[in-house]
Amino acid sequence: MGTLELKHITLRLDGKRILNDLSIDFWEGHIHALIGPNGAGKSTTANAIMGLPGYTDIEGDVLLDGQSIKHLPVDERAQRGITLAWQEPARFEGLLVRRFITAGAKDKSPAKAAAALEQVGLDPEKYLDRAVDKTLSGGERKRIELASILTMQPKVVLMDEPDSGIDVDALDRIFEATRALKANGATVIQITHSLAVLKQAEHAFLMCCGKLIDKGPVSKIAEYFEKKCIPCDHVNEPDEGVAA
Amino acid sequence: MSKKDELLKELLASIDVTDVHGFGEDVARLEVHHNQVIGTHLVPGLEVDVNERPEGIDAKIRVAPGVTIAKPVHVCFGMLPEMGVQEIVLDISVEENANASILAHCTFPNAREVLHKMDAQITVKAGATYSYFERHVHGPYGGVEVVPKAKVTVEEGARFKTEFELIKGRCGKIEFDYETTCLARSTLEMVARISGRENDTICIRESAYLCGEEARAVLKSNIALRDDARAEVYNTIRADAPHARGHVDCKEIVQGNALAKAVPVVEVNHPTAHVTHEAAIGSVDSKQLQTLMSRGLSEDEAVDLIIEGLLS
Repeated sequence: MGTLELKHITLRLDGKRILNDLSIDFWEGHIHALIGPNGAGKSTTANAIMGLPGYTDIEGDVLLDGQSIKHLPVDERAQRGITLAWQEPARFEGLLVRRFITAGAKDKSPAKAAAALEQVGLDPEKYLDRAVDKTLSGGERKRIELASILTMQPKVVLMDEPDSGIDVDALDRIFEATRALKANGATVIQITHSLAVLKQAEHAFLMCCGKLIDKGPVSKIAEYFEKKCIPCDHVNEPDEGVAA
Repeated sequence: MSKKDELLKELLASIDVTDVHGFGEDVARLEVHHNQVIGTHLVPGLEVDVNERPEGIDAKIRVAPGVTIAKPVHVCFGMLPEMGVQEIVLDISVEENANASILAHCTFPNAREVLHKMDAQITVKAGATYSYFERHVHGPYGGVEVVPKAKVTVEEGARFKTEFELIKGRCGKIEFDYETTCLARSTLEMVARISGRENDTICIRESAYLCGEEARAVLKSNIALRDDARAEVYNTIRADAPHARGHVDCKEIVQGNALAKAVPVVEVNHPTAHVTHEAAIGSVDSKQLQTLMSRGLSEDEAVDLIIEGLLS
C-alpha cells in the first residue's frame, strides 16, 4: 500500500504560519501534482511529509497506510517507504554513482544500479564509476537521484520541482521514470509550478498561502492555475472566497 | 613450509592477498617483515638492493633509463607482532624517461606499540613518470606510530604522483612529512586520505617548491575524524618560477569531539606564477545526510557512506 493522508496540518516557521490546516488524501499508486505559486507552501508540505529537520513541529497528523508517522525521524519514514527527490540534489565528493544509487536498495548489485541508470536515460558505462560531485550537471544529478529512488522501490515518492534546472530531453526521461514508479505501485507527488509537470499527473491539488485552494482533475486545475494564478499580482494572498 | 614462507603468507593475508603466486611472473614484488626480506621478485629494468639492519632495512630501488615497467610493483612492509620498530630507508631513483608505479601496503594488523618509520629519498629524473600508492592496514588498537618522511626531486618534464591511504583500522599516530622540489615542466600530485577515530592523532606536512618554469603541483588532503581524534594539516606550495601553477586542497569532516586544523600556505614569488588554495572543515553536510536518510539509511550509515566518498 502507499496511501498518504495529511490531516489538518499546520506548520509555523519563525512564528509565521506556512501551512494552514492542510488536509489532502493522496491515492495509492497514482501520480499527483501539488501546484501553486512560489511561496505557497508546496515544498514545505513535502519536507513536512518527509520529516526533515525544522519541519517536524506540526499540528495535525500525517498517516501512511492509516498509521501516524508524525513522530518518526526521516530514516524511519524512508524505511516505511516514503522518499524525497530534492529540487537541487546534493553533491557527494568522491561517492561513486553506483554506490549512491543503491544506497537505499535491498539489491545493491552493480547490475541493479546499471538498470536504474538506463531507466533514466544515462549510459551505465559512462556514469557508474563517476562521482556524484560537481563534475555532473544539475540535470545529471537529478536523473541519478531518481535512479536511486527507483532502486529503493518506495511506496510514496515526493518529487520537488522535477523539471527544475534540466533540459527538455532530460525532462522526458524523468517523466518516463515517474511512470515507471507508478507502474511499480508507488504513489507519486510532484511539487511544481509548471504546467508541463502538472499535465503528467492524474490528480491535482492547488495550494496558495499554505492552504489547499482547489483539487480535482488536472484539466480543471491547470485551467484555473493558468488563468488565475499565473497572472495573479497578489501571490499568496488569495481573493476572498477563493479557498475551497 | 619454511618460517619465512609462513610469515609471508600471514603478512599477505592481512592485506587480503591469499596467493602470492597469483601476482604472476611479470609482476615485481618486495615483501619485508620487520627487518627481513621475506619475498622478492624482480622484472627486467628494475634493480633492488636491500640491506637488512637490526630494526629495519635500507633499500635502493632503481628503474633503468627508458624502461617502462608495465605492471605496478607490489611492495609490502609490515610487522605481525604487537610491539616493535620498523625503520625503512629508501633511496628510489626513476631514471630518465622511465615509467613505473608502486603499489605499497604497510600492514600492522596486531600492533599495540609499533613504530613504523620511513625515510625516503626519491628522484624522478627528467622525462620519467613515477607513481606511488601507499595503503596502510592497521588493526583495531591504535597502537601504531607512523612517521613517513620523504625528500623528493621531480626533474624536468617528469611526473610524480603519490597517494597515501589509511582508512582501514585505527590510524594511531601519524606524522607525515614530504618535501618536494619541482623543476621545469614537472608535475606533482600528492594525495592523503586518512580516517581517524578515538584518540588518533594525525599531522600532515607537505610542501612543494616550484622552482622550474611551468612546474605544476597539487597537494590534496581528505581527512575524516570521529570521537576524540585530532588532525593538523600544513600544506605549503611556493612558486618562484614563471608560469608555475599550484593548488592546495584540504577537506576535513569532523564528528563527535574531534578537532581539525588546516593551514594552507601559498607563496608566489614570480608575477606569472599562480597558486590557489581551498580548505573546508566541518561536520557532515546536512543536505547530504538528509538525502541518504531519506533513502532509509540510519544517520551512522549515512555518515559512513559520505566519509567513504570523501576518502575514496
